[in-house]
Amino acid sequence: MKPLRISQWVAAAIVLLLALVPIYAQFAGEPFAMTFGSRVLIFALAAISLNLVLGYGGMVSFGHALYLGLGAYAVGILAHHGVGSGWAQLGVTIVVSAIVGALTGIVSLRTTGIAFIMITLAFAQMFYYLFVSLKQYGGDDGLSISARSDFGLFTLGSPTALYYSALVLVLAALMATHRLVNARFGMVLRGCRVNERRMKSMGFSTLRYKLSAYTLASVLCGVAGLLYGNLTGFAAPAYLAWTMSGELIVMVVLGGMGTVFGPLVGALVLLISEELLKALTDHWMMVLGPLIVLAALTARRGVYGYLLDWDAWRARRQSGMRDGS
Amino acid sequence: MSFSLFAIQMLNGLQLGVLLFMLSAGLTLVFGIMNFVNLAHGSLYMMGAYFAAAAYVRSESFLIAALVGIAGSAALGFAMERIVASRLYARDHLDQVLATFGLILFFNELARWIWGASPYYMNVPEALSGTINLLGISYSTYRFAIILVGLLVALGCYLLINKTRVGMLIRAGSSNPTIVAAMGVNIKMLNAAIFALGAALAGVAGLMSGPILSVQPGMGEPILITAMIVIVIGGIGSVRGAFYSALIVGLIDTAGRAFLPLLLREFLDRATAQAAGPALASMLICIFMALVLALKPDGLFPVRNR
Repeated sequence: MKPLRISQWVAAAIVLLLALVPIYAQFAGEPFAMTFGSRVLIFALAAISLNLVLGYGGMVSFGHALYLGLGAYAVGILAHHGVGSGWAQLGVTIVVSAIVGALTGIVSLRTTGIAFIMITLAFAQMFYYLFVSLKQYGGDDGLSISARSDFGLFTLGSPTALYYSALVLVLAALMATHRLVNARFGMVLRGCRVNERRMKSMGFSTLRYKLSAYTLASVLCGVAGLLYGNLTGFAAPAYLAWTMSGELIVMVVLGGMGTVFGPLVGALVLLISEELLKALTDHWMMVLGPLIVLAALTARRGVYGYLLDWDAWRARRQSGMRDGS
Repeated sequence: MSFSLFAIQMLNGLQLGVLLFMLSAGLTLVFGIMNFVNLAHGSLYMMGAYFAAAAYVRSESFLIAALVGIAGSAALGFAMERIVASRLYARDHLDQVLATFGLILFFNELARWIWGASPYYMNVPEALSGTINLLGISYSTYRFAIILVGLLVALGCYLLINKTRVGMLIRAGSSNPTIVAAMGVNIKMLNAAIFALGAALAGVAGLMSGPILSVQPGMGEPILITAMIVIVIGGIGSVRGAFYSALIVGLIDTAGRAFLPLLLREFLDRATAQAAGPALASMLICIFMALVLALKPDGLFPVRNR
């Protein structure tokens, strides 16, 4: 008999619970659950995109929040000029994120290691300062988004529509990640993470693969930013701040980088612990900081990574017992 | 634009440059020798500034404030190395980034908890509060003192690394720590000492910038990012490179802040130019770094014999 895969059951349970959140919020009369759930999903989407770069590509990007900000500002700036069509905003988000991702990617990917970390951070800072300097779009204070994205059939002004759009996108992104990393493209990308020189000597133009992954992740994160702008009704330079990039990294690592489902688990765990700590004390960051340090020191595989390890261990034991009998 | 304005801006650039050098020297040593990405270096700078400011408020003596600030940040750096950093030397950069990111959150909140969220002001010491006449240009004595201290620190670093036994061990440790340990040197203590030295330099930077900036939670991060850019431009691990590139970055940043708004005012209205100037100046450094890395991925002054 095939052993019960605990990781798959946990994943299914999480997705089911997430799908039921709007119904719970409706009946219990707790709109906070909706907002919180949407935040989890949006950050999960951003973390899933970062995971492609960080977990599978081995590129430690410390500026991923840049694209979150681009998406939010695409909504904000277009709405500011009276363009409320979601499709137009989505198109602009995708095109701008792709262009910025490809251009910064070409420069950053010339470097590796610490220089790559720094240069991605520097690019994100650059755009941060750019948006701070754009006084006509709010500058330092940010830009409030008066009208939410209108997609014709539905508008993201409705919390339920926003929630389910985010959920559908997260599920699609999870599926796409699963397909992608097991396809030839993903194999090459994972090969680059382990040993890029070997991949090069095998004849792969590794830069092309890494750049494609980086650009793809930028676009996906841009879409998450579009949703985030709609959720908060605001686009602020803080969305591009390096702390935001740091939080995304924490989510990916906490959940289990290089696992398909990990980023969603990481976003859930981090945001829930933040809320719990906030309820306990005003100085919750004094607790969260050391917890992150502890996670970095000990829990290297991440929550979902450990579940997968456990499954693998159980499967090994099971097959060992079968062989023995 | 008069000559004296230009000269004052250049001096300001020099002053920012030496401050950046004091921060980047520790960073680049820790990077180069222990291969450790210390994002929390900015927190050491912030804590140094807070220690000094708190001591200054109580004692009214700049000397005591200086001692407390430097000793405090060195001790903090030592503790940080022993408790967290030393466990991460063999790990990849990602774990180090993550752990030091956690430390930043902790220290910023700690500062907010102890000293409150509002900025703390530290007065310029009496003896250095006036202006000084440099070839006909009157310049703030305190800022001039920062330049002098910075240059002295740079000279001290040069002598320490190139002329002393400890410096020899540092250089040896950066090229092959295992062999150094095999030859009977306590490399763990050496690493901790280097970390503490870097922290002390960050403390000096924090102490010196206390009176010209406001001391507040999170003050370490903007300057840390600039210092990171400095060491990447200078070539990671090279103190000499950090010195030159700190001066270059300091001058570019100050010149950008001072002159870009003037330049922009030619074709933009006053308010927009005033707002866009500093942001563009900050972008200028990032663009400069991107340019350097695109042309020389190892930085301007890469460490040789690696």
